[in-house]
Amino acid sequence: MNSETGHAAAVPAAVPRAADRVAASLKRRYAAERRFRACGLAAVCFAVFCLGVLLFTVFRTAIPAFTQTMIELEVTLYPQEIDPAGTRTADAISTADYQKLIRDALDDLFPDISDRRQRRELMALLSPGATYTLRDTVMADPGLIGRRITVRVPFADDVDQFAKGRFDAAADAASRPLSDKQIEWFQRLEQRGLVHHDFNTTLFTAGDSRSPELAGIWGALVGTFWTMLVTMAISFPLAIGAAVYLEEFAPKNRWTALIEVNINNLAAVPSIVFGLLGLAVFLNVFGLPRSAPLVGGLVLALMTLPIIIIASRAALKAVPPSIREAALGVGASKVQTVFHHVVPLAMPGMLTGAILGMAHALGETAPLLMIGMVAFIVDIPGSPLSAATVMPVQIYLWSDSPERAFVERSAAAIVILLGFLVVMNLVAVVLRRRFERKW
Amino acid sequence: MIRRALALAVLATVVTAAAAQARDQIRIVGSSTVFPFTTRVAEEFGRTTNFKTPVVESTGTGGGFKLFCEGAGVDTPDIANASRGVKKSEVETCAKNGVTEITEIKIGFDGIVLANSLASPQLNINLQQLFLALAKDVPDGKGGLVANPNKMWSDVDKSLPAKKIEVLGPPPTSGTRDAFAELAMEGGCNRIPELAALKKTDEAKHKAVCQGIREDGAFIEAGENDVLIVRKLEANKDAFGIFGYSFLDQNRDKIQSSLIDGIDDDYDNISSGKYPISRSLFIYVKKAHIGVVPGIKEFLSEYTSDKAWGPEGYLADKGLIALPDAERAKWRAQALALPNNVGM
Repeated sequence: MNSETGHAAAVPAAVPRAADRVAASLKRRYAAERRFRACGLAAVCFAVFCLGVLLFTVFRTAIPAFTQTMIELEVTLYPQEIDPAGTRTADAISTADYQKLIRDALDDLFPDISDRRQRRELMALLSPGATYTLRDTVMADPGLIGRRITVRVPFADDVDQFAKGRFDAAADAASRPLSDKQIEWFQRLEQRGLVHHDFNTTLFTAGDSRSPELAGIWGALVGTFWTMLVTMAISFPLAIGAAVYLEEFAPKNRWTALIEVNINNLAAVPSIVFGLLGLAVFLNVFGLPRSAPLVGGLVLALMTLPIIIIASRAALKAVPPSIREAALGVGASKVQTVFHHVVPLAMPGMLTGAILGMAHALGETAPLLMIGMVAFIVDIPGSPLSAATVMPVQIYLWSDSPERAFVERSAAAIVILLGFLVVMNLVAVVLRRRFERKW
Repeated sequence: MIRRALALAVLATVVTAAAAQARDQIRIVGSSTVFPFTTRVAEEFGRTTNFKTPVVESTGTGGGFKLFCEGAGVDTPDIANASRGVKKSEVETCAKNGVTEITEIKIGFDGIVLANSLASPQLNINLQQLFLALAKDVPDGKGGLVANPNKMWSDVDKSLPAKKIEVLGPPPTSGTRDAFAELAMEGGCNRIPELAALKKTDEAKHKAVCQGIREDGAFIEAGENDVLIVRKLEANKDAFGIFGYSFLDQNRDKIQSSLIDGIDDDYDNISSGKYPISRSLFIYVKKAHIGVVPGIKEFLSEYTSDKAWGPEGYLADKGLIALPDAERAKWRAQALALPNNVGM
């Protein structure tokens, strides 16, 4: 039927039957669904692509950081140089001039170099860590004095970067950190088989250093451990307590509504505000030490509290009222009901919230700036009171350093931090899968 | 659980109160420009002596003085790094809080460079041209000021390339920016007679005009991270970046510095003061802490030894420009004698 012909005539006939209308719109509706699905899929693909690119660049940059170019040196430990008095006390051995021993060993490899300036250039091939390594070796075993030993010591960061092909030997000499001579010497060492590309254990065992080849993340990892320990110890019990009280015991009135709004707001406060609070309260009023993981942990605990409270309350809410009613019905008191039945059932959800809160705290630097944890710290922190820094701060400090070799080390630290985050989130997922009850 | 947490907190506070009494680790705060040098000395000091490695915080020069001047107690820092001299107002704050005896030690120079990618030709620019390219307001030739109309370098001077002005630099919170505004911008400004004359008649306006950097997109604030600026220069061949000498030194295979007033930012030129945009770096020592916190004197001795801050010392490897011999001798003497050399 043609609908254009007179609306006054045969109105019911002008309107197509419902089935026809559905049939006519079906194609359009399928198309709309396909479009929507395509959009969704495209959005997910784009996100995956971006993540892939990000991870790929980080990993590609990080990989060279896991090896370090080392030189094999034969050093003669002359007793008259190390400990002329022959006392063999730790003090005498530690203050000996190990740099001279290293220099002599290196000069032995290049007897043709006599010019003082060139010898300095030759010595610049090695890291200042060479001296420390030798000293540590001798300190660990004073019996070596008087013997000729082989040690593996790191090259300087520029040489390491050259060995990794980070700059071109053919480029203009003024534009690269190594001179023609230095490159030639390095190649001679390579030909003699004295150059080794070892796994970079320093990266995992040392504290921070200004020399990239001596820098490690162990100090920051230990600092992170102490900080997270304090955060966990403070925020978890407090948050669970607050959530249980607010959800199960508190009367529903204007005051609790106000508290609830405030908790939700606190979860959205920029993290640096917590740092300012930490500075004002923990450092200035209580006089706690600067840069201490204790203070960092307290600040991060404050920051994660609202997150854990909100997650815990959601977990408590998800426990069906029939559980409470049944417990009360068989004569349990309110406290018994809550702690024997409701809290254990809500625990997986609470733990998930806590772990996610921790993961959030693990990535923070802003609040720590205020309390002095953005600092250069070499010593490994021995307690929550000694000066320390944390992983994200270490990444920030390295990425801001002029030395090129720190670029790959920051990427390596990012990979390690990402690893921790992935593990924490996995634990959260597993907890939820294994223990969460569906109703 | 709550009770246990409270007990833990109380215990921790008690332990700390005891720990705060004595400190066996030097604490240093301040400039992020001096940070790479002081940390290098701190590391060497920690590894070669029996003292603990000092803790060095990067807070910025102003932030550093704020902490340093908070009081004379052991809970305040012992040394402040600064990429400029201490201000009168800061000395007054210090004095008000009981920090009356401070020793200033000049440790070296830092050059600020204008650099671009090696793929582009090197720029040869003088300070006046630099001012005209980057100032917010420039003279209109009729005695007044006009918002900077220069879009291309060649608009400033025919000898400069016909390329868009695009300069990446640090934000106003940075000490490098302060020094650049003061040394480069004001230096160029004072070569324009009508603006230089302003200094006598209206000093505040002179400062505002001479140190004002344009905000119309030609000067891009690229954040405090100089590594990032270097990376952006690699990607954008036409852009220039402003940062410290040590970043140039580490990246000479990718970027080159511009000649300023025809002078190369060669080590010797900065050291002798010939290069126009160089500044002095300082550390400030709180005398009240000498003998209270162990190792300060030894640390200063290490800092001012030739193997550290000399022209061939390890700080030179990190990009510090050493002081001339006579000045080094003078400041070392001060570092050892610790006179009260900051004027009240």
